[in-house]
Amino acid sequence: MEWLQQLINGISLGSIYALIALGYTMVYGIIKLINFAHGDVFMVGAFVGFYAIKGWGLGFFPALLLSMAFCAVFGVLIERIAYKRLRNATRIAALITAIGMSLLIEYGVIYARGAQPEAYPDGVLPSTTFNLFGAQISSQSLFILSVSVGLMIILQFIVHRTKIGKAMRAVSHDMDAARLMGINVDLTISYTFAIGSALAGAAGVIFGVYYTKIEPLMGIIPGLKAFVAAVLGGIGIIPGAMVGGLILGVVESIVSALGFSLWRDAAAFVILILILIFRPSGIFGKNTREKV
Amino acid sequence: MKKKIARVFMASTIFAGMLAGCGAAKDSSGGSNSDTIKLGVNLELSGNVASYGESMAKGVQMAVDEINKNGGVDGKKFDVIKVDNKSEAAEATNGIIKLTSQDKVNAVIGAATSGNTVAQAQIANDTKTVLLAPGGTSPSVTVDDKGKVREFVFRTSFIDPFQGTVAANFALDTLKVKDAAIFADNSSDYAKGLSDAFKETFEAAGAKVVAEEAYVAKDTDFRATLTRIKAKNPSFIFIPGYYEEVGLIVKQARELGIDVPLVGADGWDSPKLVDLAGAEALNNTYLINHYSSEDPDEKVQKFVTAFKEKNNDEAPNAFNALGYDTVYFLADAIERAGSTDSSKIQAELAKTKDLSLVTGVLSIDENHHPIKTATILEYKDGKQVFNTKVNP
Repeated sequence: MEWLQQLINGISLGSIYALIALGYTMVYGIIKLINFAHGDVFMVGAFVGFYAIKGWGLGFFPALLLSMAFCAVFGVLIERIAYKRLRNATRIAALITAIGMSLLIEYGVIYARGAQPEAYPDGVLPSTTFNLFGAQISSQSLFILSVSVGLMIILQFIVHRTKIGKAMRAVSHDMDAARLMGINVDLTISYTFAIGSALAGAAGVIFGVYYTKIEPLMGIIPGLKAFVAAVLGGIGIIPGAMVGGLILGVVESIVSALGFSLWRDAAAFVILILILIFRPSGIFGKNTREKV
Repeated sequence: MKKKIARVFMASTIFAGMLAGCGAAKDSSGGSNSDTIKLGVNLELSGNVASYGESMAKGVQMAVDEINKNGGVDGKKFDVIKVDNKSEAAEATNGIIKLTSQDKVNAVIGAATSGNTVAQAQIANDTKTVLLAPGGTSPSVTVDDKGKVREFVFRTSFIDPFQGTVAANFALDTLKVKDAAIFADNSSDYAKGLSDAFKETFEAAGAKVVAEEAYVAKDTDFRATLTRIKAKNPSFIFIPGYYEEVGLIVKQARELGIDVPLVGADGWDSPKLVDLAGAEALNNTYLINHYSSEDPDEKVQKFVTAFKEKNNDEAPNAFNALGYDTVYFLADAIERAGSTDSSKIQAELAKTKDLSLVTGVLSIDENHHPIKTATILEYKDGKQVFNTKVNP
């Protein structure tokens, strides 16, 4: 029974990674930028949700929507202020800017409210525990998994079935050609950031409800893990982020279950290294040959 | 030319400083003839741990007032000189330099945290001034890096590893368990010291530690390791760590159906713990602390009543009590020494045995670590309730 329980632990941990990885992979897929500030948008989302629930007494779903909306605007602002003017600069410049942005958000929040942790109030979501063959499953972890899967399906629908999704794919393919075809590239990129950041905001609120504790530096490790998950699944590929996140969660649980709990974070990054050596395009990625 | 002048000036300043230093060392025990005992207080009155320092200062002041009202120690009254070390080690050092060289105090009380006390220890030893730390639970306060005891430094609070011993005794004697698991914060010396002491005492009594697991501070998901612990079926889990992670561990352990008693040390003591874990999950958990205001002991209740009278009915916390006890600890030694001479006080402090204080009965061991009573508190619906006292 221990192993079934560990599998369940891994899946609920992985769902959180998947939720963050979705936004990561989407932004990368469209503008080829690893947005390191994504983990911090996730943190801001968690705090917006916290103040909405604790300060204004909102319920879970209104708080979730408010946090998503706030993060969407926040993400667009980050893009407009920091990334837009670097669109034609080298990718390393954009990457370094993203790291700077990430630090700015983290320490900006610490400056504004201090570094002390905050606890999400109890009973925001009903929490009951089911017993499945001796393993304990909490209703919250089922809920997180279904929200992740649901958001992934919506995202897949937006990208492949809507007009804005078509524009996103066109921009991702060739920005200049898309502009020549009359696509508003700036607007499309703003949409991308809005959707990606809204997902991070949702992940933040869900994380807060599930794990209770939130603090200004909470986004760093989950952000990096989500990045690993996105690369594992094939960066830029939406179902890949989902699968990568779940695999990562399960692997981490297994490592802990074997008694190597202190090596858990290391395991995630070993996976990253292995994937980059043996299959750089990820599980779902197609092997594209570089044209000379 | 300008440079040269500056150099000469600097050299003379340094020289003057040295002279001053020598002078200070010579008559550090100069106040012994007067009819007051000059007591320096070097505490965190501002800065990030100001709440500890202020609480202790309140306790110190209260004890001093009481003693002075009752005629002082051997007819000598305490004269308190306060210094604010701003919760910074450098300021703590400056503070004790001022107290020893300028004010020529007989003894210094400070500081609330181990780091700020260590910052004063060298000066105290060099100037042969007795330094008493009310808080500061790290062993390094009274013992230096080379394992040598700092002669003039003493403390009132028990040391960290001692809490591990207390937890083991509590598990064996009160809860009567024979098998336990340890889930420790691997990134802090504090937790390591506690878990080693726990294991040693627990296994010496013939009981068994069935699982030893570790986590790293800032982790948020402990379910995998807790599942592993659960599979070993321990009837007791010792969790030395700080409240930020402990809150999540307690919550996740209860979600996984682990309902055995969970026990921790003073790192648990924060109102945030209740927010993080939830009141219900915290039932059947215990923590070790220096003292409880609900302790029915007569001495404690007398202190609580007196403190409440002075402070708008606010119950004294552990820091108030430790500050209060530190003064009595010193007064006891001065009385036995019959003098305010530093070396004599030092000798008597080291001989302290079975001194009854608010935070328990205290004896000093060869490392100047108090061997004393610890209080066990139990969480009941999110409130800390006095459970029992464990003697060493």
